[in-house]
Amino acid sequence: MPFDESVLFVFMLAAFLGFELIRRVSPLLHTPLMSLTNAISAIAVVGAIVIAGEADAPTLSRVLGFIAVTASTINLVSGFLITDRMLKMFKKRNSEKP
Amino acid sequence: MTAQLVQLAYVAAAGLFILSLKWMSAPATARRGVVAGEIGMLLAIAGTLVRHDVVEYHWIVIAFLVGSAIGVPLAYLMPMTAVPQRTALSHAFGALAAALIGTAEYYRHLPHGFVMGALVLEVLLGFLTFTGSLMAFGKLQEILPTRPIVYRNQNIINLALFASAVTLGVTLIFRPELTWIFPLFAGLALVFGVLLIIPIGGADMPTVIALLNSYAGLSACAMGFALDNKLLIIAGALDGSSGFILSIIMCRAMNRSFTNVLFGAFGQVQATAAHAEKRHVRSATAEEAAEMLDSARLVIVVPGYGLAVAQAQHKLRELYDTLTRRGVDVRFAIHPVAGRMPGHMNVLLAEADIPYDRLHEMDEINGEFPQADVALVIGANDVTNPAARHDRGSPIYGMPILDVDRARTVMVIKRGMSPGFAGIDNELYYMDKTLMLFGDAKAFLSSLVKEMAAVRA
Repeated sequence: MPFDESVLFVFMLAAFLGFELIRRVSPLLHTPLMSLTNAISAIAVVGAIVIAGEADAPTLSRVLGFIAVTASTINLVSGFLITDRMLKMFKKRNSEKP
Repeated sequence: MTAQLVQLAYVAAAGLFILSLKWMSAPATARRGVVAGEIGMLLAIAGTLVRHDVVEYHWIVIAFLVGSAIGVPLAYLMPMTAVPQRTALSHAFGALAAALIGTAEYYRHLPHGFVMGALVLEVLLGFLTFTGSLMAFGKLQEILPTRPIVYRNQNIINLALFASAVTLGVTLIFRPELTWIFPLFAGLALVFGVLLIIPIGGADMPTVIALLNSYAGLSACAMGFALDNKLLIIAGALDGSSGFILSIIMCRAMNRSFTNVLFGAFGQVQATAAHAEKRHVRSATAEEAAEMLDSARLVIVVPGYGLAVAQAQHKLRELYDTLTRRGVDVRFAIHPVAGRMPGHMNVLLAEADIPYDRLHEMDEINGEFPQADVALVIGANDVTNPAARHDRGSPIYGMPILDVDRARTVMVIKRGMSPGFAGIDNELYYMDKTLMLFGDAKAFLSSLVKEMAAVRA
């Protein structure tokens, strides 16, 4: 695969964007923020699916891919659900829902 | 055609992830952020499943089912006090996934050049974050001792180990065909993860969790480089920068540097702290405390992790309700390192139904302490020690603290006079305006609530 430098630009822009976005998050929500970014980084499941599902993959790839898909699925399912569970608890005074 | 559709799905997913973090900035929009993240994830997975190179669905479906069967109870049954442990575990899973994908790629393609470089980075960060996060989990769950585990020449041994792992990794980049090196390289990364975390004490866990978060993100990012997948790069970079910022915030909140947190073994049992001269403290009963609280106008509560250990959040809510009903202005001062991970205390108080607009961060509330009639400290110690402001010899000198000592009266609910994590005496306890309320936080708060009822009866 030839080296495609556009990935470095993507990385740089995403990292700067990440800094700007995260800086704005209220410290109140740092715990749910961490579980949300955790769930988002479970996007690794995309790579795992390709490894596990390739046509003529050797057994090693299938096994490692299987474990990786399972681990990422645990993260994305529990990450999104627990983030929402925490956020539901944050209520303002004299109001039921945030 | 499918290939373009897949790329479109990935672009949409990346956009949704960015929106998700943007909406996360305030409680009012945060839940919308979760939905955006979920839709993005579904799009990305659906897009991947229709890719032409994915043909074998059998195991993937089983893995989805197994993962969900574990993930759902993990999300719903986990008590809020255990959220840091869950977070550490999920860093471990995420990093493991990245490392295993890298391993599989290596043995399948033996890539060269840039791709191999990215892959080495992915596997190194993945494996060390995997074992490191498991150690952090063990410490938080108190399966492992929370005090630092130290031995002679620890930093030199760790550094040598890391250097060997990097050397093997670099060798692999130039000679990928030397497959016997790979297991050695992976093994060293796994061992280094363990050794990196065991010398770090329990009180530094907020920083460590944030740092491991950052590593897990970076390893996902490296995977993106290795697989030439821009969605992975973006998501990994967002996760990595989030962990990095949070760990910087945590370090600043403790006035420590990264090197000091990672290699300083802070919180060892200090032999020097033994010269406890008998100094005079004033103590008070629940009845006396209740009367003072009743006549106060502004009360600032300073909760620490001890509050959660005593499971006293709900009793604190009852006290908050009683005081608020009587027209007392009650606010909560949250130190950035209160709890076991960034923002943990806010979640614990929110769970006890304390409105989030009553929770104030340190910089916001420090100016209010001089107007407070009572500052009520529950289960917090080092973050209230005035020595951090003026005693140059103190191990916590320079750490930003809550200016509790500037309130008119200070009340401290505490079991005894034992020191906090830094192993030093808190001079706050010996001030003339300080009343020590000795007892278990939960029991004392419930007697406070009872006495409050008696005050007006």
